[in-house]
Amino acid sequence: MNRKLIMILTCVFVIAFAFSIQAEVKDPIGVVKLGPGEPVHIAYWVVISGPNTSLGTDVVRGIEIAVDDFGGSIKGFPLKISGQDAACSAEGGQAAATRLAADPTIVAAIGSTCSSAAKPGVPILWKAGIPTVSPSNTAPFLTDPERGDGYGGYARTCHNDKVQGAIAAEFAFREKGLKSAATIHDGSVYAEQLAQVFAKRFKELGGKVTSMEAVSPNDTDMRPVLTKIATAKPDIIYYPIFIAEGGFITRQSKEISGLEKTTMMGADGMFSPDFYKAAGMAAVGMYHSSPDFGAFAGGYQAFLAKHMKKYGEKPIAPFHGHAYDATMMILKAIDKVAVKEGGNLHIGRKALRDALLATSTMQGLTGTITCDQYGDCADPKIAIYQTAAENVKQGAMPTKPYWKPY
Amino acid sequence: MFQRIRERISPTDVVMWLIGGGLLFLVVWGSIATLIKGTYTARHWIDFIIFGLAQGSVYALIATGYTMVYGVLRMINFAHGEVFMSGPYTAYFVAAWFYRTGWLDTNPISCLAAIFLVSMSVSVTIAFFLERIAYRPLRGAPRLIPLITAIGASFFLQYLFRGLYGSSFQAYPDIAMLEGHWVIWGIRILKFQAVVIVAAIVLMFALYSFVMKSRIGKAIRSVSEDKEASALMGIDVDKMISMTFVVGGAAAGAAGVLYAIMFKQVHFFMGFIPGIKAFTAAVLGGIGNIPGAMLGGIFLGLVESVGPSLFLDGLGIVAPYQLKDAIAFTMLVMVLIFRPTGILGERLAVKKA
Repeated sequence: MNRKLIMILTCVFVIAFAFSIQAEVKDPIGVVKLGPGEPVHIAYWVVISGPNTSLGTDVVRGIEIAVDDFGGSIKGFPLKISGQDAACSAEGGQAAATRLAADPTIVAAIGSTCSSAAKPGVPILWKAGIPTVSPSNTAPFLTDPERGDGYGGYARTCHNDKVQGAIAAEFAFREKGLKSAATIHDGSVYAEQLAQVFAKRFKELGGKVTSMEAVSPNDTDMRPVLTKIATAKPDIIYYPIFIAEGGFITRQSKEISGLEKTTMMGADGMFSPDFYKAAGMAAVGMYHSSPDFGAFAGGYQAFLAKHMKKYGEKPIAPFHGHAYDATMMILKAIDKVAVKEGGNLHIGRKALRDALLATSTMQGLTGTITCDQYGDCADPKIAIYQTAAENVKQGAMPTKPYWKPY
Repeated sequence: MFQRIRERISPTDVVMWLIGGGLLFLVVWGSIATLIKGTYTARHWIDFIIFGLAQGSVYALIATGYTMVYGVLRMINFAHGEVFMSGPYTAYFVAAWFYRTGWLDTNPISCLAAIFLVSMSVSVTIAFFLERIAYRPLRGAPRLIPLITAIGASFFLQYLFRGLYGSSFQAYPDIAMLEGHWVIWGIRILKFQAVVIVAAIVLMFALYSFVMKSRIGKAIRSVSEDKEASALMGIDVDKMISMTFVVGGAAAGAAGVLYAIMFKQVHFFMGFIPGIKAFTAAVLGGIGNIPGAMLGGIFLGLVESVGPSLFLDGLGIVAPYQLKDAIAFTMLVMVLIFRPTGILGERLAVKKA
């Protein structure tokens, strides 16, 4: 009798179990299950400490405005946004990604700011089934077909530096007629690859690259390396690095004999009022390559108005629009794959990733978002900006491009 | 006889000498190759040396703090980098205020003096309380314990200042008087670098004569020789240890302003790298020895500035300035292997080991 009972009970359980599985959303990686009233949790991992804080703050503001615009809930479930500091380094990225990966409630992530943080961080997140969309990692490596399996959950709404570096080189050679160039990077994935793309394109155009130098991220005395560069008297120094070191180089370049006539040019990583604080009046006259705000879609003006109202100032770095688009992309993808069952919400992790990478012709602030299979989603419009004395005095980035390639 | 030689020289020694000799060979070879190639003219070398002297004199001033504390307490005060940071970071707000009111342009010298004063007094206060709160209660503890406390104090101070002044950086205003350059005997020298070098030399001289000539200096030296005997001679040992921290803090605070004049940016983490470099300098010169620390600092600054161009460039290494820190720390390792007492450290080490 006892045995029979056990048999029957087992059968009942097995059948019940089978049915319960049948009823749920299936996903090869995993499913996030939310009970009634539980929030849909999205986390950002950006730089919120150190000299590059403005880059991360700008992104967080873009995310917050996007969440406001979306209405704050998905299928009746509230949205929850949390954040980690990924610094702007490999160590910071790894630490932040590990913390996010340990939280099973996180559905998707936004970040990181710097490519150096994304390189170790993205595989950690994707191993935990968390796809991430970056608003500002521009290093070509991250969407390279040879990048490895760990980056399957990665997409970005900003440009690939293959575009930015080439446009910078074309501006220097064709528009300004500069024939020789030196580059400086700081060993980060972003700076090193961008400097390489620039140098390659500059050589293809017929220019001469006199030297490709590097500094380390915590260097303060750039005068020796600038003196070394000055021995070859290049027409332009392209240094696509970050705010603190960029400030040192810009200031100290004015003190080196032999660099009086050299054009200085940086990139989007130091296109921020904080850079003007670091570089002072030495920044006047230099160039930056950065996204063309004028080419952003019609909704951008409304975004700027909301930004002004909410934070009391203009955007402080170039990536707020990309962050807005990244957030919208994630929210729309969740909306597409989330299944409501009874009072619960089920989100398949692989399904979400597939939906993210399937994003196509989405009208974003920065243009039309269409992802390729490796996660490059932007429709990059890069322009060149020149810094005027007023920009430094008022601590505001120039808004009108100096030159654009189209 | 062969047996005896083999007994005296262990295989480790042979490997060490090979590594040392190999590095020396690379340095010489690289230097010769660079000089033959002739990319750099004499003017460039002079520039490199001046840059190195300016950077090195800041290291030297910080290094004296490490070395004096080691002299009296036999411990490495790893929070000294934060003592160095606290002064100029606080003085920044004074400098910014002077700039806003326009005084910095009208009477720059008195403003600079005030900035120095604020920076030095903040650093002195931090150093004094650091010793009082973090180190004095552990006076009798095993050597490892104050070392760990020092690291903890270093983190505490960093994040205290991050909490006080924020995590971003601040930039010192430009001082018009120090812009531009002078030409002295045909050598072009940037004004602020000349000021930094001269100020550092004056400060080091003052510090050295204070320690050698004054009564307090004599008492500090006596405490570093033998604490018990000094106490028996009527010297207040605790007070002298406090004085050591005060003098080291003052040097660090002054070095901080010189650093801020050279590099303009200050932030809560700025003490870490100069602190480690100055520690390296102190070990290079012979820890416990004040002239050694000064010499080590200037030597380190020179090697960092001249080295990458001199020997790495000649070896065909691309982007040699990325390896600046590698040179500094390789040098530290080599000194620790071949001359653990440092350049000038022998006399002290024999007496106190």
